[in-house]
Amino acid sequence: MEYFVQQLINGVALGSIYGLIAIGYTMVYGIIGMINFAHGDIFMVGAFVALITFLVLVAIGVTALPLALFLVLLVAMALTALYGWTVERIAYRPLRRSFRLAPLISAIGMSIILQNYVQIAQGARVKPLPPLITGGYTLFESNDFAVQLSNVQILIIWLTFTLMIAFSWMIAKTRLGRDMRACEQDARMASLVGVDTDRTISLTFVIGAALAAVAGMMYLLYYGVADFYIGFIAGVKAFTAAVLGGIGSLPGAMLGGLLIGLIETFWSAYFSVEYKDVAAFAVLIVVLIFLPTGILGRPEIEKV
Amino acid sequence: MTGPLLKIEKLEASYGHVAALKGVDIEVNAGEIVTLIGANGAGKSTLMMSIFGYPRAQAGRILYDGHDITRVPAHEIAKLRIAQVPEGRRIFSRMTVLENLQMGATVGEPTHFPKDIARVFKLFPRLQERINQRGGTLSGGEQQMLAIGRALMARPRLLLLDEPSLGLAPLLVKQIFRAIRELNERDKLTVFLVEQNAFHALKLAHRGYVMVNGAITLSGPARELLERDEVKSAYLEGGRPAA
Ligand SMILES: Nc1ncnc2c1ncn2[C@@H]1O[C@H](COP(=O)(O)OP(=O)(O)O)[C@@H](O)[C@H]1O
Ligand SMILES: [Mg+2]
Repeated sequence: MEYFVQQLINGVALGSIYGLIAIGYTMVYGIIGMINFAHGDIFMVGAFVALITFLVLVAIGVTALPLALFLVLLVAMALTALYGWTVERIAYRPLRRSFRLAPLISAIGMSIILQNYVQIAQGARVKPLPPLITGGYTLFESNDFAVQLSNVQILIIWLTFTLMIAFSWMIAKTRLGRDMRACEQDARMASLVGVDTDRTISLTFVIGAALAAVAGMMYLLYYGVADFYIGFIAGVKAFTAAVLGGIGSLPGAMLGGLLIGLIETFWSAYFSVEYKDVAAFAVLIVVLIFLPTGILGRPEIEKV
Repeated sequence: MTGPLLKIEKLEASYGHVAALKGVDIEVNAGEIVTLIGANGAGKSTLMMSIFGYPRAQAGRILYDGHDITRVPAHEIAKLRIAQVPEGRRIFSRMTVLENLQMGATVGEPTHFPKDIARVFKLFPRLQERINQRGGTLSGGEQQMLAIGRALMARPRLLLLDEPSLGLAPLLVKQIFRAIRELNERDKLTVFLVEQNAFHALKLAHRGYVMVNGAITLSGPARELLERDEVKSAYLEGGRPAA
C-alpha cells in the first residue's frame, strides 16, 4: 500500500511534465492539423537553456533559490519561445500550402537540426546540475517503507497546476485565446472577420514552446541531468499523451500526460525498469488501434 | 471621386487548372443592393470569396473605394469594413452566440461593442435568447441570423451575402430579406447579394447580374431583369410564389 502511494506521487509528478509538453503538440495540431515533430526537441532546448541559466546565476552569485528559480523560468520560457517561433517561421510557414507530407518532413528535419546543434554546442555527454532543491516530507511510514513527497515534486505539481489554470483561462477568456479557437475551428472564416491567422499560428508555437520550456526546467530539477537526446523520448511520450487524451483537446493533453506518467511509473515499479519506455509506445499503438480519437477527443466530422 | 464602392474588373480565377471566373465585371455603388443570380456551380460563391483572395485573382482587379485590394490579405480587407456572410454560414460551431458576435467585432472599436450588439439583438431578438448557446446547436435559421449578426458587428460599409435564404422556411426567408432591406434603407448599408432564389432577390435589389459558367451574361435594373424572358425561363420557373 505504501509502495503504491509512493508510485502514485511519482507518477503524478512525471505526468505533469509530460502533460505540459503534450499541450504544445495538441495546440499545434488543433490549429494547423500537423504534428510538430520538433516539439520534443524544443523541450530539450528548454532544459538546456534552464541548465545554462542556473549555472550562470550560480557563477554570478545569485543564490537565493526562489529568485534563481524565477529568473531561470523567465529566461527559459523567453528563449525557448523564440526557438519555437523560429521553427514555425522557417520550417512550417513556407510549406503551409504545399502537399501534406512536406511539413512533416521538414518537422523531422528541424528535430534533427536541433539535436545536432545542441550536441555540437553542448557536447554529447550528459550534463549534470547540482541538486538545488533538496528535502521533502515523509507523509507516512510503516512496514519499513516511508512515503516521501519531495520538494521538487511539490514544485512540479504546483507549477503545472498553476500554469494549467492560467493557460485555460487564457484560451477561454482572452481575445488571443478566442482567436486561436476560431483559427482551429475555421481558419478561413477567422481571416474573413479580420483575424491575422499567420500571427495567431505563430503565437500558438510560441506559447507551446514556453510551456515546454517550463517542462524542460522541471525535468532538469527532477532528474538533475540533461543531454541532447532527452527530447526524443520525452517527446514521443508526450505525443502519446496527447493522442491518448484526444489530440486537439487541451484537457485531454493534461489527462493523457498524467496517465502516461502513471503508466510508466507503475510499469517500472511492478514490472521492469529496463522496459519502461516500452510502456508508452505500447499505449500509443493500442490507442491508435482501438481509440484513435482519444479519451476526450471528438471524431473529426468538421474538418474539410 | 464618386465612383462605385466595389468595382470588379475582368476578374479571372481558377481552382487548380479549372477556370471558375472568366473575366467578370461587376460594380456596386454605395447605398445600393446589388444581386448576383445564377445556376448552381456558375461561380457566384467563388466571386464572393475571391474578393477576400480565396482563390486569388489570376487576372483582373478588385477596387474598393478606388483602392486596388486584389492582393491585400483577407484580414486586412476585413479592416476596410467589408464583411461577408459566406456560403454555408460558417458559424464557429464550438463557440457561443456571444463569442461568435465577439469574433465579428474583431475589427471593431471595443467601445462600440455594447451598442453594436444591442443593435444586432434588436434586429434578431432570437439571438439574445440563445446568447450562451453554442453556434453548432442552433437551428439553420438561427445560424443564418447569427452569421448576419456577426458580419454586422464589424460595422461594415459593404455587406456580402452568399445565399442567405438557402434551406430556410419561407417565413424565415421573409424575415431575413426584411432585415436586409431595413439595413439598406435605414443604415444606408451597401449590400451585394448572391441568391439562387432569383425572384426574391430581384424584388429586393436595385440592380442585378446574371452569371453563367463563370461569366456575366446579363445585367441591369432588377425590375427589368424580372421581366426578361431569359431570366424568367431559366431562374424563375417554379421559384415564383403563387402570390
Ligand atoms: N474549393 C473548390 N475546389 C475546386 N473547385 C471548386 C471549389 N469550389 C467551387 N469549385 C468549382 O467552381 C465552380 C463554381 O463554383 P461556385 O463558385 O461554388 O458556384 P456557385 O456558388 O455559383 O454555385 C464549380 O464548377 C465548382 O465545382
Ligand atoms: Mg454558391
